[in-house]
Amino acid sequence: MDTMADIVTKLDWSPLWISLKTGVVATILSFFLGIFAARKSQKLGGAGRAVLDGILTLPMVLPPTAAGFLLLLVFGMRRPLGLFLSESFGVKVVQSWLGCILAATVIAFPLMYRNARGAMEQIDINLVYAGRTLGMSETKIFWKVVMPSAGPGIVSGTILTFARALGEYGATSMVAGNIPGKTGTISQKIAMVIQDGDYGTAGFWVMIVLLLAFAAVVFMNLGMAKGGRSKRRW
Amino acid sequence: MGIDIKIQKRLGAFQLMVQFHGASNRIGILGASGCGKSMTLKCIAGIEKPQEGWIRLGEQVLFDSQRKQDVKPQKRNIGYLFQNYALFPTMTVAENIGVGIKGSREEKRKRVGEMIETFRLSGLEHHFPRELSGGQQQRTALARIMAYEPGAILLDEPFSAMDVFLKDQLQQELAEMLKDYAGTVILVSHSRDEIYRFSQELLVMDQGKDVIFGETKEIFQRPRYREAARLTGCKNFSRIRRVNRHLLEALDWGIMLQTRQEVPKEAGWIGYRAHDFVPVWGERQENCLKVCLESVAKLPFECNYYLRPEWGEVSQERICWFLQRERQQEIEEKGLPDYLAFREEKMMFLM
Repeated sequence: MDTMADIVTKLDWSPLWISLKTGVVATILSFFLGIFAARKSQKLGGAGRAVLDGILTLPMVLPPTAAGFLLLLVFGMRRPLGLFLSESFGVKVVQSWLGCILAATVIAFPLMYRNARGAMEQIDINLVYAGRTLGMSETKIFWKVVMPSAGPGIVSGTILTFARALGEYGATSMVAGNIPGKTGTISQKIAMVIQDGDYGTAGFWVMIVLLLAFAAVVFMNLGMAKGGRSKRRW
Repeated sequence: MGIDIKIQKRLGAFQLMVQFHGASNRIGILGASGCGKSMTLKCIAGIEKPQEGWIRLGEQVLFDSQRKQDVKPQKRNIGYLFQNYALFPTMTVAENIGVGIKGSREEKRKRVGEMIETFRLSGLEHHFPRELSGGQQQRTALARIMAYEPGAILLDEPFSAMDVFLKDQLQQELAEMLKDYAGTVILVSHSRDEIYRFSQELLVMDQGKDVIFGETKEIFQRPRYREAARLTGCKNFSRIRRVNRHLLEALDWGIMLQTRQEVPKEAGWIGYRAHDFVPVWGERQENCLKVCLESVAKLPFECNYYLRPEWGEVSQERICWFLQRERQQEIEEKGLPDYLAFREEKMMFLM
């Protein structure tokens, strides 16, 4: 077995950059989509909301491989949409970095959506009413009153989304595959080197994701504590 | 300026049906919790939408279901003071006050400065709402409303969650701050003291409906309806049977009452305020009720007696008699009175 120093010097760092890039893009997409969906579902109410909520939460509770299968059904190269995208725009979703982003976004999005929705529901409705009677436009109320008040929930949603997107494996391996330097993320790298019996390299990458995930969650907790809401202990 | 309202709104089993035309600038709405008074206020502000009717404020039509008019709350120019003040928690005092002001940055800054001055908030400009006392929060909320010069101000139970000492102080403060305000102010409350102190005209509401509207003092003197009497603080009620123009039987108290004024034909009840009884010792006099004591509650400044009329069978109706502390001495010397006398001018005939 190689020593840790050998592993690091010979290492191909591409999985880290691919994972980080995927995580960041998927988080940005989920951020806006999640907030948008949360607002829509809040407005809807009733049975329509229960159904919409179910669909939006599904990727979180579904086995990632099942989600991957469904994505292949839609974006596969022999499927209408996949065919249309590649023939009209030359866009290839399957076996590409786009596939990484798609898979990570779909899987991580519900975390953003649910956190955003929970945070928005906690908001004192009178704040919105007050904004209206004070002549603020709905957009201004949303960005200046609702979002800052929902801040802690939004922040935790964003970070959980990032952490989840960073480590996505199941759907990514099915949709994007594991092409080194292109779609080979850290989690796919770990699975691959373990199959080869290279526990040294696997251990190294596990340490990297461990640090990243841990840092993200600690960062989130510190950010939340600053908001002054979680100071009470019991 | 005047306000003219007729609205209907159904919410499940609850139905709101309110109509009144106010001419004064200080209007009170009195009612028990859940009677629809806050809902009425929200309809005026445009936060809630009635299903039918109209709302006019001065010359301005805010809502009219037939003409399909429904001015957005943003365009109604009506200030709403929420019970919890609804200050934006992530904005400072100055940002809160500036939020509704239209115009250039410079104008905005100037106006915020004026408001900070007027509402004695100097030094607190950069504080967040959670760092303010109750009084400072109220002043900030009012400054925020006044900053954009509303045509009317709605006060939604602004004192209901306060301790007694603070309440009295803030009521006085609010009254002073609104003294020079020329627009219409509507105060919603379940406290008759607040309403009496504040309003020239009064709407009494019960279970979603308007009971009576009129001049506040007049309604407290002659509530005309049982619910209005109860909400203005009357404690004693009895069904009546009108024997003739000047004689009636109070059925629940088991006595006959004689009056020089004519008993209105439509009256089905008599109401009598707990403070208005006259104690009588010895000889029975006109319009007297023989009572025996059930319980006493001693309060700091008055004494509450809960009595039972003494007649044939045991009555269910309790009589409340509230006596000021200063007059307590008489009772201590002579013992409890044998009778309580009704003063004719204090009798309230109710529908």
